[in-house]
Amino acid sequence: MTAGDTDRPLSRRAMLWASAAAAAGGLLSPRWPAAFAAEADSLLAGRPLARFPEKTNLIVLTVRPPQLETPAAYFDRAITPNDAFFVRYHIFPIPTSVDLARWRLAIKGEVDRPLALSMDELRTKFPKVSVTAVNQCSGNSRGRFAPRVLGGQWADGAMGNAVWSGVRLVDLLKAAGARSTGVDVTFDGLDRPAFPQVPDFVKSLALSRIMNDPDVLVAYEMNGARLPMLNGFPARLIVPGWFGVYWVKNLSEITVLSAPYDGYWMKTAYRIPDTPCGCVEPGGAPKATVPITSMPVRSFIAAPASGSRVGVGRDIALKGIAFDGGYGIREVLVSDDGGEVWRRAALGADLGPYSFREWSATWKARSAGTVRLMVRAINAIGQSQGTTPLWNPAGYLRNVVEHVDLVVG
Amino acid sequence: MTAVRALATLLVIATAAVPSAAETVSITLPQDTITLPAGPGADVTQTQCAFCHSLDYITTQPRGPAAQWQGVVTKMLKVYGAPISEETARIIADYLAAHYAR
Repeated sequence: MTAGDTDRPLSRRAMLWASAAAAAGGLLSPRWPAAFAAEADSLLAGRPLARFPEKTNLIVLTVRPPQLETPAAYFDRAITPNDAFFVRYHIFPIPTSVDLARWRLAIKGEVDRPLALSMDELRTKFPKVSVTAVNQCSGNSRGRFAPRVLGGQWADGAMGNAVWSGVRLVDLLKAAGARSTGVDVTFDGLDRPAFPQVPDFVKSLALSRIMNDPDVLVAYEMNGARLPMLNGFPARLIVPGWFGVYWVKNLSEITVLSAPYDGYWMKTAYRIPDTPCGCVEPGGAPKATVPITSMPVRSFIAAPASGSRVGVGRDIALKGIAFDGGYGIREVLVSDDGGEVWRRAALGADLGPYSFREWSATWKARSAGTVRLMVRAINAIGQSQGTTPLWNPAGYLRNVVEHVDLVVG
Repeated sequence: MTAVRALATLLVIATAAVPSAAETVSITLPQDTITLPAGPGADVTQTQCAFCHSLDYITTQPRGPAAQWQGVVTKMLKVYGAPISEETARIIADYLAAHYAR
């Protein structure tokens, strides 16, 4: 792919789309690819880096709807910068302009007092709370599945951690007078299907789950600033500990239903095998499935980067992050001998049970050649990571022990 | 999850800078730049698929068995409601199998 490709004549259909989009908001001439992603990771070789609006250079998985991956170098720290935070949409068109004077968050359905809240009302009528939490795509690292599976071929950058500030969802539902007859609550954003037949992206949570979890927020700030458009401006749902698919962006409607929600994105998509591991034999098919929910333990080495050259006998600083679905990380271990001996890493500041936990260690290479460094985390209830990857047909829940390969000498 | 966890949310005492209620945020997205390789069915594949999504949705997929593309095209019709005739769908599936399978 080269920048010159953009000069080719557009086909008729593409022209129609481009015209519609231009009419809707105008189009810039593209400024990408600026460079290419890390060759050390064969999955990313040749994948373009591009600067989307309000974003720094991110690894492009898809352009429309956008799916952008955070480069591995950002995972040496607990907080992911807003401009480096990954992007994942499901349908197109997505919102490209939001006027806060007109935007409202509707809370409706099985409620005594339907609400249509402005941003000012969200900010002034409800207590402002913050939670530091990891947002990770269900299919993060799907590209590493063996056998390979269809779907977004993410490496490991479909995750990030931020301080999310806004209001408690339970406060909104109480203000609206959610009825005890409510069963599920659906969340819809401003993204819309290209055709009426395309299932709108809507997710649901059980009302009982929300009313008992004060950590679920409607956030209007990310790391102290407004949300970038591509991360959900002006507000998004925050479901700490659960995969990002529930964290509906550009949120506009919350609806309390008196019956279970059975829309496509709950009933058919984003489901895992109904087995204790959420997995089946590689290449197999599940007998029954359930919706994906909370995140298993994961940990990564961000520095040195895989493929780096390091000296023999020198002190090398190892850095990375670990996280889980909300119990918190108790221990991070590093091995340079294939997992025979594991050394304990130092943990960074505890930013809460839903956050990335920074870790660091000092390591010396004993001899020239190549070496594989492995990392493994254990959470507060003793859950950890296996050395054999789990497999399921949708490519979800990867949490195998990860590694970097270094060249010594 | 049933274990009791400490409340992770914290009440925010200080108020951060508040954007004006009149704020409008607008962005402009880049255009697609992929042209599929020439071959029977290339044009119809390019135009029909690109109506809903950029073509990197095709090019980044693993090279599996040719039959995987029949499944993908069927999903686009039956699940995502793509307004494509059976005949066009067959041309697209054949093109994808010829160019993007192992």
